[in-house]
Amino acid sequence: MSERTFKLEVVTPDRVVYSNDHVVSIIAPGVEGYLGALANRAPLVTQLDIGEIDFRKADGDWDYISVCGGFMEVFENRVTILAESAELCEEIDVERAERARDRALERIASHSPDIDIDRAQAALKRALTRLHVASRRG
Amino acid sequence: MPTPKAIRRRIRTVKNIQKITNAMKMVAAARLKKAQARAEAARPYARKMSELIANLAASTGAIEHPLLEAREERKVAFVVIGADRGLAGSYNVNVMHKAISAIGDREPENVKLVLVGKKAVGFFRRRPYEIVAKVEAPGSTITFGDVRRLTSQIRSMFESGQVDAVYLVYARFVTAMRQEPAVVRLLPMEKAVTGEIANVEFEFEPEPGKLLSALLPRYVDTQVYQSLVEAQASEQGARMTAMSAATKNAGEMIDTLTLAYNKARQAAITKELTEIVGGAEALR
Repeated sequence: MSERTFKLEVVTPDRVVYSNDHVVSIIAPGVEGYLGALANRAPLVTQLDIGEIDFRKADGDWDYISVCGGFMEVFENRVTILAESAELCEEIDVERAERARDRALERIASHSPDIDIDRAQAALKRALTRLHVASRRG
Repeated sequence: MPTPKAIRRRIRTVKNIQKITNAMKMVAAARLKKAQARAEAARPYARKMSELIANLAASTGAIEHPLLEAREERKVAFVVIGADRGLAGSYNVNVMHKAISAIGDREPENVKLVLVGKKAVGFFRRRPYEIVAKVEAPGSTITFGDVRRLTSQIRSMFESGQVDAVYLVYARFVTAMRQEPAVVRLLPMEKAVTGEIANVEFEFEPEPGKLLSALLPRYVDTQVYQSLVEAQASEQGARMTAMSAATKNAGEMIDTLTLAYNKARQAAITKELTEIVGGAEALR
């Protein structure tokens, strides 16, 4: 292998979503903006926003994961992502995400006082991220 | 001695019960497998989380957070995790007794209860403790999101000072045959989080304090989630063991009853024969 790689693990409370010993680079949605990492990056702990994780594998292909909040730790050439929920792009249930998006839009548009706008907006963001990541398929 | 007919009826009843217990055993075995897999799957996240906190604590020195604040234990909340259904051997009873002994001789007004499962609610309904929340036992489709509402209520109880400590009471899963009721302190959190502490300079984004206040609540959620999945595995394990014992007992009962039935039948035939022979004898 010509390129230097690191180990990537994406874990949620329900399961290990992804694990790969040879990843070349990663871009992750930090709360203060997207950030990237390569092999042997200095130790880092950061909080993640809702967004998309892009990473390049040793074979040169990119892969995508949608993530909804969590934490990322870079330590000893290992990147560990602890997400509240995460799906690989081919696992995303597009119909469900579309329904969630429509529901969130409806809620936001209704202006009804018993609707939590922050929650609706977060739901919308999650749905849009999922749809965006799903569109990367194939 | 009961008549052969009565015995036959009993055999039929026992056979029906055996069918039911056997079916319940199978169902519990299947659910146990799933629950066990879920408990396994939840472990890596919890482990990584505690590593992360340990690293954070090591490189920031003293960590301060409301969830870590140890106060004198005056008012205490207990989260008791039971099942919605019975027929699981001594599963529910064991957990409830553990809870009672954990409460000990505290004054009822100093105890608040968060009850998970109908059996827990039934057990504590007539006791003098205040029940602050009742939740159904988690089904097989429990997700991390489901526990968030429960845990945020628990956390805010602690943060607002309504209680000074929170304990979890649940059946720890040892093996399919063995479950151990356990009491675990959830809040205040242990300051020294276990795990290897690496002495490295980390970059933090956002600053450690903010990061910590995002991390610690999640860690509490994780602990509650884990004990819920584990309790579920324990419940299924207990039910499987209980039902397998019940099926075996029913089998033994059927054997004894069949023996009794055959004896009674034979006795009846013998009696009839004697009567016939006696009658023929008399006619001669």
